[in-house]
Amino acid sequence: MAISDHDIINIALEWKNNGRKVAIATVIQTWGSAPRGVGSKLLIDDLGNFEGSVSGGCVEGAVIGEASDLFKTGNAKILEYGVSNEMAWEVGLACGGTIKIYLAELN
Amino acid sequence: MQRKILEEIISRQGERESLAYVIDTENGDELIFSKGKKTNYPELDMEIIDCLKSDRSKLVQIDNKNFFIDVYNPPLKLLIIGAVHIAQHLINFANNLNFDCILIDPREGFANKERFADVKIYNSWPDEVLPELGIDERTAIVTLTHDPKIDDVALDYVLNKSCFYIGSLGSKKTHNARIERLSKKHSKEKLATIHGPIGLDIGARSPAEIALSIISEMISELRL
Repeated sequence: MAISDHDIINIALEWKNNGRKVAIATVIQTWGSAPRGVGSKLLIDDLGNFEGSVSGGCVEGAVIGEASDLFKTGNAKILEYGVSNEMAWEVGLACGGTIKIYLAELN
Repeated sequence: MQRKILEEIISRQGERESLAYVIDTENGDELIFSKGKKTNYPELDMEIIDCLKSDRSKLVQIDNKNFFIDVYNPPLKLLIIGAVHIAQHLINFANNLNFDCILIDPREGFANKERFADVKIYNSWPDEVLPELGIDERTAIVTLTHDPKIDDVALDYVLNKSCFYIGSLGSKKTHNARIERLSKKHSKEKLATIHGPIGLDIGARSPAEIALSIISEMISELRL
């Protein structure tokens, strides 16, 4: 079944209660055309499972990578993704927008 | 985020409370804001109230601090008058969109668990049950029976409420006759808020397609 933003927080708690480490990535700001609005969430656990989204699939992989760092350090951080440069091996949004994401662990 | 904060958001959401989760993105200080509560910054309080009203989360800068305001409003509510074929499809779409759906039809042959498994059913006349349902600006209502005995009493009640969407199934002719009957008690301006004939004009034919056109019109009313 498709996951709504409403279900996301319930899933986060369920994962946490099952003893998993849980990171919540939330879109906190967007510029230009961004695929998901402010408040959209992506959940990641310490096994690399994820639910929800913060973009149209463009930057989720990078955010999941950041989450594994977060599980080591415990430090919340702000991530920013902009337009991707086709010539470089970098992650970005093809739609031309920029998004700011707050990534923090559920303690 | 602390687990106990998340638990509190979830449990208060269950009570249909309107909440904002506020976090200082530099130091991680967090709190839950609801009506009547205050933070240390009056300017932030006003921003939060504005976010709750517009149902939009937002990053704000106050006093050289960055606060992210995350809005948790209760789910939208959809009241369906008439347990007809279109209602079955409408409920499927609405459940996917996370609406709380309520089906009202006094005819038990129409509104029963056999035909409608995934929805709360009231086998009552609309005027008996609508006053108990907490109709507000996050509520939509559609009347689908074509029967003035059932549809009109529902419209008569909700026209004095603040629903974000009111739609009534029926042809132009049916709708004009409906407006004529209701104009004895309601102003022209109020009656003009009823979407009739219901739904966006996408050339819908089947009950599922008509349900799609209704739900699309509802979302456009909410978002545009």
